[in-house]
Amino acid sequence: METTTPQLWILPALPLLGAAINGFFGKRQSRAFIGGVACSTVGLAFLYAVYLFFTAGVGDTPRIDYIAPWISAGSFHADFSLYLDPLSMLMTLVVTGVGFLIHVYATEYMAHEDGFYRFFCYLNLFMFFMLTLVLAGNYLLLFVGWEGVGLCSYLLIGFYYLKQSAIIAGKKAFVVNRIGDFGFTLAMLLIIGTAGSLDYGTVFKAFQNAPVENGVGAVTIICLLLMMGACGKSAQVPLYVWLPDAMEGPTPVSALIHAATMVTAGVYMVARSSHLFVKSPVAMEVVAVIGCITCIFAATIGLVQTDIKRVLAYSTVSQLGYMFLGCGVGAFSAGVFHLMTHAFFKALLFLGAGSVITAMHHEQEMGAMGGLRKKIPTTFMTMLLACLAISGIPPFAGFFSKDEILWSAWHNGHPWLWLGGSITAGMTAFYMFRLLFLTFFGEPRSDHAQHAHESPSTMTVPLICLAVLSVIGGWIGVPKALGGSAHFEHFLEPSLARVPVEFSAYARASGSDPIDIPRPNPEPAEPEEPGAERLFSLIAVVIGASGIGLAYYAYVVKPETGQKLSAQFHGAYRVLLNKYYVDELYEVLFLKSTTAVSREVLWHAVDETVIDGAANGVGSTARAMGGFARLMQSGFIRSYAAWVLFGAVGALFYMILQWAK
Amino acid sequence: MIPVSWYLILSAVLFVLGVAGFLIKRNVITVFMSIELMLNAVNLSFVAFGYMLGDYNAHIFVFFVMVVAAAEAAVGLAIIMLMYHNRKSLNVDDIELLKF
Amino acid sequence: MDAVLFFLFAGIALAGAINLIRESHPIYSALSLVAVMGALAGLYLMLGAEFIAVVQIIVYAGAIMVLFVFVLMLVNAAPEVKLDRSKMAKNVGPPLLTLLLVEIVAVLRGKYPTSDLVHPSLLSGDNTRQIGKLLFSKFLLPFEVTSILILVAIMGAVVLGKRRPDDSR
Repeated sequence: METTTPQLWILPALPLLGAAINGFFGKRQSRAFIGGVACSTVGLAFLYAVYLFFTAGVGDTPRIDYIAPWISAGSFHADFSLYLDPLSMLMTLVVTGVGFLIHVYATEYMAHEDGFYRFFCYLNLFMFFMLTLVLAGNYLLLFVGWEGVGLCSYLLIGFYYLKQSAIIAGKKAFVVNRIGDFGFTLAMLLIIGTAGSLDYGTVFKAFQNAPVENGVGAVTIICLLLMMGACGKSAQVPLYVWLPDAMEGPTPVSALIHAATMVTAGVYMVARSSHLFVKSPVAMEVVAVIGCITCIFAATIGLVQTDIKRVLAYSTVSQLGYMFLGCGVGAFSAGVFHLMTHAFFKALLFLGAGSVITAMHHEQEMGAMGGLRKKIPTTFMTMLLACLAISGIPPFAGFFSKDEILWSAWHNGHPWLWLGGSITAGMTAFYMFRLLFLTFFGEPRSDHAQHAHESPSTMTVPLICLAVLSVIGGWIGVPKALGGSAHFEHFLEPSLARVPVEFSAYARASGSDPIDIPRPNPEPAEPEEPGAERLFSLIAVVIGASGIGLAYYAYVVKPETGQKLSAQFHGAYRVLLNKYYVDELYEVLFLKSTTAVSREVLWHAVDETVIDGAANGVGSTARAMGGFARLMQSGFIRSYAAWVLFGAVGALFYMILQWAK
Repeated sequence: MIPVSWYLILSAVLFVLGVAGFLIKRNVITVFMSIELMLNAVNLSFVAFGYMLGDYNAHIFVFFVMVVAAAEAAVGLAIIMLMYHNRKSLNVDDIELLKF
Repeated sequence: MDAVLFFLFAGIALAGAINLIRESHPIYSALSLVAVMGALAGLYLMLGAEFIAVVQIIVYAGAIMVLFVFVLMLVNAAPEVKLDRSKMAKNVGPPLLTLLLVEIVAVLRGKYPTSDLVHPSLLSGDNTRQIGKLLFSKFLLPFEVTSILILVAIMGAVVLGKRRPDDSR
């Protein structure tokens, strides 16, 4: 047993080492050295993760690597301990694998930027915190990683610190995330109160034995607060507003942090806490509904955006909504599956967009592109594959994961959520191919587009790797109904909780579902109705394909259609273009009102009268008393002597009184 | 045999006279002498107690008081000299810089 | 005989102390204080403290008072000017002094009403030897510290005395 104990600490330690080397010594080193350090540490971490995957034999019981004690207060303990189970193994592989490719890509993408060493220091630091988050053995350590990746995100969004908008976007991300973190912190306190510990093992055991909660109780509140944290980190309604603005950062950052890894931390956390969530139907419902709303909402905005990275940003928000939808309807493994495939194809899309942007000399408006297909063929091919994957066309990766989520939504008795998800799937296909067609088809609409050149191989090789993954990544999770063996679900089974049977009973009793679906199987891996599942897959494919067709018609066959449509539905178009005026709404609702309350009540009323009054009152009281007492200080030695005498007489008098008793 | 309390009362009277001197006299040197008088009064009570209890520690106390008084006199008189040089006055009522 | 001696010395001491206050010229006050100290030395002798009595004469009446007189000479002291700037000392002082005396006497009367507790027999004749033994055994450390104190006092006096009026700001 001793020999097989995995040395998990090596995983986060490697990127930390890289960050330290680059952070402390990078300034005077050559770019090749910096890039080499950054890539090799992450690459080694990936190789070690692969090695662990094959040797450590991730089984039913999680492997816990205890490193050091941390907090020990009374009966409460939180230690530095790492936790390896199928879920964290998968996340580690995705994070290090995709992260490594993006690191390699970034060495070229950032080659002519200032602050090269700073960039890679942050990026490695991010990898360190992300691995801490993923491998943490308790909620508190997870929170450390959680905050750490938030910090790195902030630093990297504001990487171009001379650009005002980048700084503001960084601040926005930080502040919005803080709201979510507030919920997460409260959730942790409640978990301590309920389970007495933050260690996964203890907490899960405590909740596994708890009954399913009908209505709102402690478990539901914990889950809702956790979801609040996840909403902040994973950009869900209503806290998604920071993610589109985060596109101010360099493109590899958008790919790594704001598409593939960090923003999925919320999904990871919800899946990790699945043992808690399955005890609370209300919380599950909330998660699913938030996910569904987010995915529709973001997809509609994505339809009309013209900045290539913003389209991808809203697409990310939308896809994250899918993941939560999956978790919320009880298909945690489907949610995590989508997380993984999304990491592949969304990273690819962002890197491809980065390649386009490089070719276009940092022009991000799609209106200025067009006709790039022949200029940058590798980028085009890889992006095409990614678009097919995200649109849910078989046999690409996105199809299997998305299909599984939608099927679970229907199958577990949420037809409305299924409908929302399906509509979104159509919209996703439409706007992704709109992006593709606007960028790569038609005539070049600017000089830059005319003279675009393909990126060097350090950028295209990662693209190709990710493209391969986008194609085949879904094959590990082909459901049984489609002739697969659902490897993925079996793999994750030890980590995730299963929705208990009482659930649907609750759903029926509460009448929240109009359709009464006979409740399923304790073993979801064996579908009772393969026919139905195949039918739904077909529907999904048709929807996706029609979205693509529509985009083809509107942007290739009759390129003026878009103009006409936007003219016809001017009002709706304006609303979408301005992102439903959510930022403006938040500004009025929270910013202006908070400022007004702060100024009028807190500043003028509370601060100036109460607090200043108290402070000045203390001062003037002391001054007045001093003004009286200073009369004692006449400056005459004899007066002082008389005072001493007075004291002596008083003291003696007191002593006599004491003796007299 | 003289009762010890007589010595003690004599000591008390001398002490109060020393305090009175401190309060009444204006010449800083005389004030200093009043302090010496107080010290002597206390010494007398020490010796009287030592006599009463048959204890030599009292004598040691007195000895130390004398030593400290000698040191104090040296420094104190040096200060008085300096004060006289600076202010051309020995009157304690003229020294009131410590005033509020 | 004892009573006569006691009243003699006590009378001298009291008279000297009162005269110290009464005289307006400090040199007379100084001489009065010498008289007080001499009388106290006599009382010490009566209390079986020969060593203290001798040291009293040598150190106090001799060294310290000579220093006082010396300073009086140096500063050319004149009779004091009676300024009454301290209302506190003038108005509150006398009643407080009376109170202090009453209190101390009250404590003494209350605590030591009689002299039954006297154990003069414990004081053997050779008290200089006893004091010497105590000083170099039980009180060795304070004794050594005292020497440092005196050294510091000497240095302080030298430093203070060295300054000329025009040196000072």
